[in-house]
Amino acid sequence: MYIKSLIAVFLASILTENYVLNKFLGICPFLGVSKKLNTALGMSLSVTFVMILATATTWPIYTYILKPNDLAYLQTIVFILVIAALVQLVETILKKYIPPLYNSLGIYLPLITTNCAVLGVTMLVIEKGAIDLSFGYVQSLTNAFGAGIGFLVAMVLFAGVRQRIEKCDIPKFMQGLPITLVAASLVAVSFLGFQGLVEGLLG
Amino acid sequence: MSEILLPIIIVAGIGFVAGLILAIASIVMAVPVNKKMEAILEILPGVNCGACGFSGCEGYAKALANNEAKVGLCSPGGDKVSKEISKLLGIESEKIEGKKAVVMCFGTHENTENKMKYQGIGSCSAAAQLYSGIGSCQYGCIGFGDCKNVCPYGAIDIYDGVASVSFEKCVGCGKCVATCPKNIIKLIPDKEQAVVHCSNKNKGIETKKVCKVGCIGCMRCVKECPAGAITVQDFVAKVDPEKCAGCKKCVEVCPSKCIKLLPLS
Repeated sequence: MYIKSLIAVFLASILTENYVLNKFLGICPFLGVSKKLNTALGMSLSVTFVMILATATTWPIYTYILKPNDLAYLQTIVFILVIAALVQLVETILKKYIPPLYNSLGIYLPLITTNCAVLGVTMLVIEKGAIDLSFGYVQSLTNAFGAGIGFLVAMVLFAGVRQRIEKCDIPKFMQGLPITLVAASLVAVSFLGFQGLVEGLLG
Repeated sequence: MSEILLPIIIVAGIGFVAGLILAIASIVMAVPVNKKMEAILEILPGVNCGACGFSGCEGYAKALANNEAKVGLCSPGGDKVSKEISKLLGIESEKIEGKKAVVMCFGTHENTENKMKYQGIGSCSAAAQLYSGIGSCQYGCIGFGDCKNVCPYGAIDIYDGVASVSFEKCVGCGKCVATCPKNIIKLIPDKEQAVVHCSNKNKGIETKKVCKVGCIGCMRCVKECPAGAITVQDFVAKVDPEKCAGCKKCVEVCPSKCIKLLPLS
């Protein structure tokens, strides 16, 4: 039962609650880095990594430090502080051990700091925990992992879409960003089709 | 009091711990930065003009440090910068000549006439769309100063409807060359030489009709030049700066007075 609920959380965060295509968080890297498949992969993996690490640190901070002291209002500022530090850490690690990835991510790596998907995950899991008491630390981590994988799925799907767009004969006024945004909206609409799927599968 | 103190302590504490971790990480996982590249970047003028063909000074410095680029591509820096970089890299310095921009047109209001009363946008690129510009000469300078606006060094001024580049201020970055819609600004080596200030490719008679100082392609300078530096192509004389010794004979013989010795003293 416990495992089943974890799987439900995981699948839901990928398909029905996809942070990019359903909640429209983290659109900047979604449009910026999805041109090539391998940078899209690298970016989403580092976002996933940061999401899990961020949730793993912010959840205890919120539950054991902020909440008992009635300081829940500090949530946003503390979370951003933690995320910024984590991104710096990831940047340092990448620079040292995976320089090609560091170079190809370029400007987008510091942008994870301000990637609202990361902040969104950390804050939304706490919101969920407040509503549903069984939604604890493990569920939060699963949700964060799922959100990262959901980001990866969206990025990889969209990188494929964009590669096909490049070969198409597009009217001049739609070339570049306009057609990309239209395509993004269509992919988002297609994700609406997953609504109710997880409940139906495991509910 | 504790209501304020506690949040401060908590946030400061988290910040301190995060800072500590980052500091340790940056020491443990330090990546040696390319010292050579930074030293080169110091020498380069830092104007990011892109004349070298790289994406700004940083790109050029990086390429130089990795031995992927030649020394001396930096024309704003000129000979001095290339010497310093060569010294740093331990390569023989090649003497490079700086470049200067020259507007190949003398068509002032006095020398040419306007074929229309232009009331459009005050920019050369806009005016050039309309019957090849305002002046009667379709090759000539329009004189709205698109080049003046793009020049980062304030080296270009418009005198009587024609742009003129100051030899002293010009560093040869080539921005005006790329901007000019009539394509009449050229880069020439920084030395004493004769320059034909005309770009009109029409036959002599046609040129004479539209401009008093246009090159009519009479070949007199070609015959006069002792170094054989002048050629006429498309009814315009052209001086090869490498061969030109600055003897001034062509200047004297030119019937249209469109050859001048540069730099103008």
